[in-house]
Amino acid sequence: MTDPAPGSDEALTRVHREEWARVVATLARRFGDLDIAEDAAAEAFATAVERWRTHGVPPNPGAWLTTTAANKALDRIRRESRRGTKQRQAHMLTDQLAGPPEPEGAVEDERLRLLFTCAHPALAPEARIALTLRLVGGLTVAEIAHAFLVQETTMAQRITRAKAKVKAAGIPWRVPSETDLPARVDGVLTVLYLVFNEGYLASSADADPVRAELTGEAIRLTRLVRELLPDDGEVAGLLALMLLTEARRSARVSAGGELVPLDQQDRGAWDQELVAEGHALVRERLASGRPPGRFQVLAAINAVHTDAADARDTDWSQVVALYDQLVRLDPSPVVTLNRAIAVAELDGPHVALAQVDTLSAHLAGYHAFHATRADLLRRLGRGAEAREAYDRAIGLAGNAAESAYLTRRRDQFGPAR
Amino acid sequence: MHYLLTVIGDTDNPADDSAPGAIDAFNDRLKDEGRWVFAGGLTDPQDATVTDSRGGEPVFTDGPFVESKEFLAGFWVVTADDLDVALALSADASRACHRKVEVRPFGGVA
Repeated sequence: MTDPAPGSDEALTRVHREEWARVVATLARRFGDLDIAEDAAAEAFATAVERWRTHGVPPNPGAWLTTTAANKALDRIRRESRRGTKQRQAHMLTDQLAGPPEPEGAVEDERLRLLFTCAHPALAPEARIALTLRLVGGLTVAEIAHAFLVQETTMAQRITRAKAKVKAAGIPWRVPSETDLPARVDGVLTVLYLVFNEGYLASSADADPVRAELTGEAIRLTRLVRELLPDDGEVAGLLALMLLTEARRSARVSAGGELVPLDQQDRGAWDQELVAEGHALVRERLASGRPPGRFQVLAAINAVHTDAADARDTDWSQVVALYDQLVRLDPSPVVTLNRAIAVAELDGPHVALAQVDTLSAHLAGYHAFHATRADLLRRLGRGAEAREAYDRAIGLAGNAAESAYLTRRRDQFGPAR
Repeated sequence: MHYLLTVIGDTDNPADDSAPGAIDAFNDRLKDEGRWVFAGGLTDPQDATVTDSRGGEPVFTDGPFVESKEFLAGFWVVTADDLDVALALSADASRACHRKVEVRPFGGVA
């Protein structure tokens, strides 16, 4: 790989990706205010883009950005204190600034603190996602609003309110205590998994079926978390799960814009580099001998699928055994539904259908429940019932490619009687 | 910081008071740890009277200011360094009083 030309858009984008979270985290620590940190970081990057286009990127862009952003933050605080509003606060902050500089290495922890703050359980789930993408990922408010199909003003308000709550409610700036850590790491990973899933199967018919910018961002941030928490098994598990899923992305939607199910995908089109990296992570976790969490088990299931050169070579007994393990960790109806899909391959569609039908009280509003039933009924030759189930699945499916696939399957039964 | 831990009563789902000593034990712990400011349980919301002096002369009205299935049943005022500490206390408070507990920071304390 060659370095991009100095001052090129590519070089600027790379610096932005690599340095944004570090600059925001360092400033948030120094000034104790996410709002000031975000604004100053954004101003510093804007200044950098102008300057670096003509002068090229300096040798240590991170330090340049942090210094510039800190100066912008100080300017803002002085401006506000001149207006007499935050005099005492600014005084305190200036005193803090005069203290010794942060030791090297502590900066890594700052980014981790930023992640835990953004994914704090006291914030609403959608606010956690927005805050993480803005403050850790460096996406603009407009980009996040577009990704989640809301008005830019709505997204801006969501982020402003979340920052205000962090400050007013006293959400702490620290890595959680050892007893809280597993639950809090799970909170961070859940945010990243939601971002990934929204990219991999967009929930709205108005969005592109697959949005690589969101899956890519989720993977990038999960890599960052792995860098910061290299010994956490669930972090490795989520990264493996994302990589093994992302590897199949280009085979997942047909040229005609239709979703292609796993057993019908062109496996030669899978990204073998991502598959290899995902498999290596799964092997690393198996070798650890530690009991896996849900992301590690999901990654292992995807490793079995991506290990088969042909769908017919899939080791279904292994898949069902892993789902049994997953049910013990997460006995939710959705996990039981996914397990039944594997059971259909091992014990036949009639056994799977009986299991799926027990879930109707919980999953009647979930499109995948009806799509699974439809497929099982089709395989059992119960055409009229299959057709009805496809209708219900289509009515509930949001994703355009998935709707196209289900519609074609339904129409194979001919016109409605 | 000071936090208000509000005990939320629920007419549809009354609290199980089978462990009456739990609240006393929690209160003692708050005092031992130096987090205690004030706490109390309230009588039934029907015992409330609403006063309105905005029109000059006070007007007294019987009953709570809002009728709802969920109501303020009591509260703790505690000191905690940050929200994580306050949330950990509220988890134990909810267990002790067997009700939902809302955590809110004070904007200022006189």
